[in-house]
Amino acid sequence: MNTDPLLTVSNFSVVYDVDPPVEAVSDVSFTLNRGEILGLAGESGCGKTSLAYGVQRLLKPPAVIPQGSAIFHDESGTDVDMNALSEEEMRRFRWDKASMVFQGAMSSLNPVTKIGKQLADVFTTHRPGMSRAERTRECGDLLDLVGVGRDRLKSYPHELSGGMRQRVMIAMALALKPQLMIMDEPTTALDVLVQREILQQISELRTQFGFSVVFITHDLPLLLEISDRIAIMLQGEIVELDTAANIYHHAQHEYTRKLLGSFPSLTGERGGFVYGRSDDTVAAGAVTGGATS
Amino acid sequence: MTTLEFSHVTKRYKIRGAGELLALDDVSFTLTSGRTIALVGQSGSGKSTIAKILTQLEHATSGDILLDGKQIPHRGSALRRYRQQVRMVFQDPFASLNPYHTIRHHVERPLRLDKVVPKDEVDAEVARLLEHVRLDPDIAERRPHELSGGQRQRVAIARALASRPSLLIADEPVSMLDVSIRLGVLNLLADLQRENNLGVLYITHDLATARHFSDEIMVLHHGVVVERGPSDDVILDPQHPYTRSLRDASPNPEIHFSGTGPAAAPSRS
Repeated sequence: MNTDPLLTVSNFSVVYDVDPPVEAVSDVSFTLNRGEILGLAGESGCGKTSLAYGVQRLLKPPAVIPQGSAIFHDESGTDVDMNALSEEEMRRFRWDKASMVFQGAMSSLNPVTKIGKQLADVFTTHRPGMSRAERTRECGDLLDLVGVGRDRLKSYPHELSGGMRQRVMIAMALALKPQLMIMDEPTTALDVLVQREILQQISELRTQFGFSVVFITHDLPLLLEISDRIAIMLQGEIVELDTAANIYHHAQHEYTRKLLGSFPSLTGERGGFVYGRSDDTVAAGAVTGGATS
Repeated sequence: MTTLEFSHVTKRYKIRGAGELLALDDVSFTLTSGRTIALVGQSGSGKSTIAKILTQLEHATSGDILLDGKQIPHRGSALRRYRQQVRMVFQDPFASLNPYHTIRHHVERPLRLDKVVPKDEVDAEVARLLEHVRLDPDIAERRPHELSGGQRQRVAIARALASRPSLLIADEPVSMLDVSIRLGVLNLLADLQRENNLGVLYITHDLATARHFSDEIMVLHHGVVVERGPSDDVILDPQHPYTRSLRDASPNPEIHFSGTGPAAAPSRS
């Protein structure tokens, strides 16, 4: 695997400065490689979304980032310290280099504006020199790329299914060919068949364009399938970070095993859980027993 | 022993300007106390239509629904008595509890309306029901916003059990809950099912929990039951191509890591 780093996050913390202050992310460090899919898993409130938003500097007060850095290693060879960028530089940086697919993409689209217009907004903002004809062509190409089709440019969001709206969001995030895409629960509201299609599409697009993905979800079985490496978060800290295979076969942290043990196995032994078919069946039995009781 | 028979039920919805939508096409099954049937299928397959017809929130276009051999009533006090027998737990615990009322109010209402216990025993019964779903009875004076999603869903289950039903319809009861507590709520439902000898219709799109918690699985596709049978048979040896595609689309690390899986997400080597 490629070990050329794209993003280095060091000692990163996010604090919600309320009374008493809440440390949502505490002292997190990790490296994301170019072309890698990094899964970020953990239960509600563990800080996974705060971390992603914090890195992109999307948090608003009372959230503050008391310490830590996020260094983006650009293709051009220059390193960008995302915390040191001015407001205007950050605005230009976002979406161009690093884009985001938000949680609840179904409701992230403006219901009273045609999706073609919403896609074109990205280009009017970031590529002001582009002609109207070019924009329309680019937007059409994007919709073709994600399998929605350019004939839907003039559709309103409510005229599309949930899966199609999700694809439009992905098209929007792809518009400027960013090197990093952060996806926050992009398939949670969709049924399994649509989810599978979209995951396959993300995988193909990644192969085609070589971008890296931070994929945030609490669906661990899904992450095990699509990620190169997985980070497990608990109460603001990354308690385990390893390859998907190692997380599955040799989970080190007790919490990782507990999380795996909360997913019933699909095709394993009846009554079994996702955690349990590894080399150390004794430990697995103990965890499974604990979860069923 | 209660038996609810859903016999050759068809449901058509009228769509303005676009004719009709066939939501259910000749669906039959039998729900009996003490057994859990899982109803799986993708969005729009007709799962919730079945739940709505069973609770008579919608009426079937044709076909029969028989409770212990008798046609179920459509209106009036007879329908109310029927609904005491067949209760529903809804998907979204944030929407199914009234934010203005206390937890006590929610659990107490069916007790009073259906006169399940004498008036002076209502308080004790509320406490018993909350304990039954493993909640602290002190929670009764709180309002829904003070509770977590899992606690709210437990309240919804307590409310459903208040009228001492023999059948429970659980429509995606955990899909809005966090993964770490889903298993807890499903285990609770399984325990309650055994303790109260309930018949449960578990509606879900999650095949793994369907297999884990049900005796039997029914697969619905475009309003037609395409496959049914003992849970293990349906998941491990699906006969219908649609069931296979559902199974293969579900995340399954076991197959993924053994390398014999279906065309799972391509992984980079």
